[in-house]
Amino acid sequence: MFFLLLLHLVIGIAIVAVGKMLGRRAFLVAAIAPLATLLWAAAKAPGVLDGDPVTESFAWIPQLGIDIDMRLDAFALLMVVVISGIGLLICIYSMGYFSHDKPGLARLAGVLVLFAGAMLGVVLSDQLIALFIFWELTSVTSYLLIGNDDTNPRARAASMQAIFITGAGGLVLLAGLIIIGQAGGTYRMSELLADPPTGGAVNAGIVLVLIGAFTKSAQAPFSSWLPAAMVAPTPVSAYLHSATMVKAGVYLVARMAPMFAMTGSWRLVVMVIGATTMSIGGLRALRQTDLKLLLAYGTVSQLGFMMLLLGVGEYHIAEAGLVLILAHAAFKAALFMVVGIIDHETGTRDITELHGFGPSWRLVQVVAVVSAASMAGIPPLFGFVAKEKALDGYLEHGDFAGATAVLVVIVLASILTFAYSARFVLGVFGAFGDVDRPVVSRTAHAPGALFVGPSVVLTVATIVFGIVPGLLDDLVEGATTALYPGSEPNALHLFAGFNTALLLSVVIIGCGVLLTVFRTRVTGVQRRASEVVRPIPSGEQGYLGVLRGISVVANRVTATVQNGSLPIYIAIIILTVTMLPTAAFATEIGPLPQWVEEPAHVVLVAVMVAAALGASIVRHRIAAAIMLGAVGYAMAGLYVARGAPDLALTQFSIETLSTVLFVLVLRFLPRSWRHQAPSIAAPMRIAVAGAVGVGIFIFALSAGNARSSVDEPSMSEVMVEQSLPKGKGHNVVNVILVDFRGWDTMGEITVLLVAAIGAVSLARPGRRRNDDHAPVFEENLDAGAEPALPEPLR
Amino acid sequence: MNASSDASSSHGTLRRSRRMMLLDTSMKVLYPSILVLAMYFLVAGHNRPGGGFVGGLVVGGALALRYVSGGAHAVRSTFRLPPHLFLGLGLLLSASTAFIPVVLGGSILEHGDATFHLPIFDKVKVTSALPFDIGVDLIVIGLILMAFAAFGEDVPDAPGAADDGSDAPSPALKIRSKP
Repeated sequence: MFFLLLLHLVIGIAIVAVGKMLGRRAFLVAAIAPLATLLWAAAKAPGVLDGDPVTESFAWIPQLGIDIDMRLDAFALLMVVVISGIGLLICIYSMGYFSHDKPGLARLAGVLVLFAGAMLGVVLSDQLIALFIFWELTSVTSYLLIGNDDTNPRARAASMQAIFITGAGGLVLLAGLIIIGQAGGTYRMSELLADPPTGGAVNAGIVLVLIGAFTKSAQAPFSSWLPAAMVAPTPVSAYLHSATMVKAGVYLVARMAPMFAMTGSWRLVVMVIGATTMSIGGLRALRQTDLKLLLAYGTVSQLGFMMLLLGVGEYHIAEAGLVLILAHAAFKAALFMVVGIIDHETGTRDITELHGFGPSWRLVQVVAVVSAASMAGIPPLFGFVAKEKALDGYLEHGDFAGATAVLVVIVLASILTFAYSARFVLGVFGAFGDVDRPVVSRTAHAPGALFVGPSVVLTVATIVFGIVPGLLDDLVEGATTALYPGSEPNALHLFAGFNTALLLSVVIIGCGVLLTVFRTRVTGVQRRASEVVRPIPSGEQGYLGVLRGISVVANRVTATVQNGSLPIYIAIIILTVTMLPTAAFATEIGPLPQWVEEPAHVVLVAVMVAAALGASIVRHRIAAAIMLGAVGYAMAGLYVARGAPDLALTQFSIETLSTVLFVLVLRFLPRSWRHQAPSIAAPMRIAVAGAVGVGIFIFALSAGNARSSVDEPSMSEVMVEQSLPKGKGHNVVNVILVDFRGWDTMGEITVLLVAAIGAVSLARPGRRRNDDHAPVFEENLDAGAEPALPEPLR
Repeated sequence: MNASSDASSSHGTLRRSRRMMLLDTSMKVLYPSILVLAMYFLVAGHNRPGGGFVGGLVVGGALALRYVSGGAHAVRSTFRLPPHLFLGLGLLLSASTAFIPVVLGGSILEHGDATFHLPIFDKVKVTSALPFDIGVDLIVIGLILMAFAAFGEDVPDAPGAADDGSDAPSPALKIRSKP
């Protein structure tokens, strides 16, 4: 498994680095990665489906007990088939979609492969922390893919929105995973499944995990980023934002539902959020005129459906969810491909502009009709099998509180699904087109075989698995057993007899037809309803509100903390530096030292005190600098008197140089400071100075006594003793600097280097070009985010 | 450096009229002597007072003298290498000394020593702490060079130039003429 991830990494980076010369053919190279994965999965499939998962392990951070454990069980296999199968088709499709010289094409192809690798990592990780890392990598690659057209402000705003929401959710998820891992004593999901932890902390942890999963899978109220992400090229939307990445949240919920569905509020939260998302997504999809946005809201709705199926922790229902994952990947990817083809050939995807497709478009229209029918749940297609299984699951096994309500929501939302599927088909056939507008569609040349081929493959799959769903029995039953050990999943059927589920399907189709027939009236009702709910803030408004809030808070905090007054900065810095250790050491002051050891000390200290007082009284800057230098020289004299030539030498050199440098800088300032209102009043400054002095005094007293209470030789004695034998030097100070504490010196010289570079850039301001100044937040708020949003969502 | 070569009016150079002959002359003796002293501090530091840090600071003192006598140009022309090269080389040297033992299977900053017999100095013991110290020395020199490069340029119109009514045009000169 590691070699597969490595393969994706190598191919992805190689394409990003040198793919420019390949042009469109970069996608051929990219296709190697999913193809290899599919072959590998096919080779491993028989054993895995027999209930014998493939595992690999790699010690990553053994100190923290974090290994990368990879595990291919039947559920992971199902996801791998979706990820790599759709990935392969998308690579082929992209060859038709992109023109040869599109800028950033190589980067897009490469990042697409990197994304596929990250997504494989998510579904193959058995270890929660590794899963999280791959999870975040999918967010990052998704960000890069949405914003691939970096000259488009809408793309930039949409990619920001996606990474803000999924990134924030990722942090919440990490917290939840750590809580669960700590409570369970293991981060391996296979072990957690055998012995799920319980308790108050776990209840909080699962809510956090759910929030993370909801952001990733675009559940309400975090769904706004997914429609905005439709600004990405269509192959990206088809792959990441319908078939794979948005299912990561569903995947995690499906993995954890068997462990935690009975714990805390898991099942309630999943049911409420899933039902809300499924209905709202359906309602909004019904209002779109942009085919891609229609599909995006449809995806939101279907993701809510998957949550309802895979998240409630009942294996019959979860089995339906697994079928839905497969069916949805097949029909939704095909539908996106159709939209991409239409967009590419006609230049629009607005249903009010599309009409008059010629006969050469028949194949595309067949793909659209079959896939949309599968989405609507019409027999004998794959989507129908999934929906039937779901209804049957809730009817026969929904014996938990709220199951009936969820069933009602599923039926109602499925009616909406039928209606928006019909709207999609009618749109593709030009039913909403304005006949007075010029016909772009008829003149558009029909797409090539390579361009249509991948969607045809998916359509064939939709039909075959609809008519003979038994082909998937092994995979789906194996995956169900992998999630719920000991369960006995049923076989899949196209026609399971005349039962209540079939009746509900008839009701759904009937009502859906009615909604479609009276679509003008439905639109009117929806418009009136949207006026009523307008005051309720939507997810998008919430996102923008949070963004503005961050901006406002940051502005205020910066204005308070960084008010531009150097005296205040310095007061804060020195008070922190001295007061913190003083507070810690104040209790450890030993006996007071002998005040005067030699007469020379008195003289030196008198000089120091006088110079220090002078430095704070004189109004002449350079005079003050020189007095400070005098303090330093007197200090060096103290070192000499105490027999520390090395310190004295250093102190002398430092004082000399710093006085020179002081003078250099002070030349740029007025010679003296005038009477002006200081930002800190004099008593306050005296208090700060006094506090710092007292702090240093306490620090010096307690530092001198360090270890004196412990029954050990003091540190300085040890160092003096060890200097020659261990450090091979007679000068203990130097041995400490280069050997005993050499690592500290390493850090210090690095700081010196940084300080030197900083000083130079401080001294040379104003070299930056004005147009480099790019206020990212403002740009997103004003230029990008608003137009990137599809339309007010009601 | 000598007075005649610096008597140009190029930016950063003091005009001949502003130079002090006493200082210029004594520099010819002082400057090399200080550098030798700095070298001694650097090499002897492991056993006697000194070390890379002090060595670098003493070189910095010598540079300060050059600055006072010849201005920023004199400092710039001392080492014909750019200051950041000193910083980079210094950190590279120190970091290599720290990490090469790790590559050889030891621990970070583990030092070894070797004894040589040289003609004049007789027995000389060298530890691998010396390259580390040389790195520190180079970084300090680089820092000082950069400080002079950043703040050392003569300012034609310092904001405070007219503050005290002084008509001295060059701040550097004013400093020097202060008692």
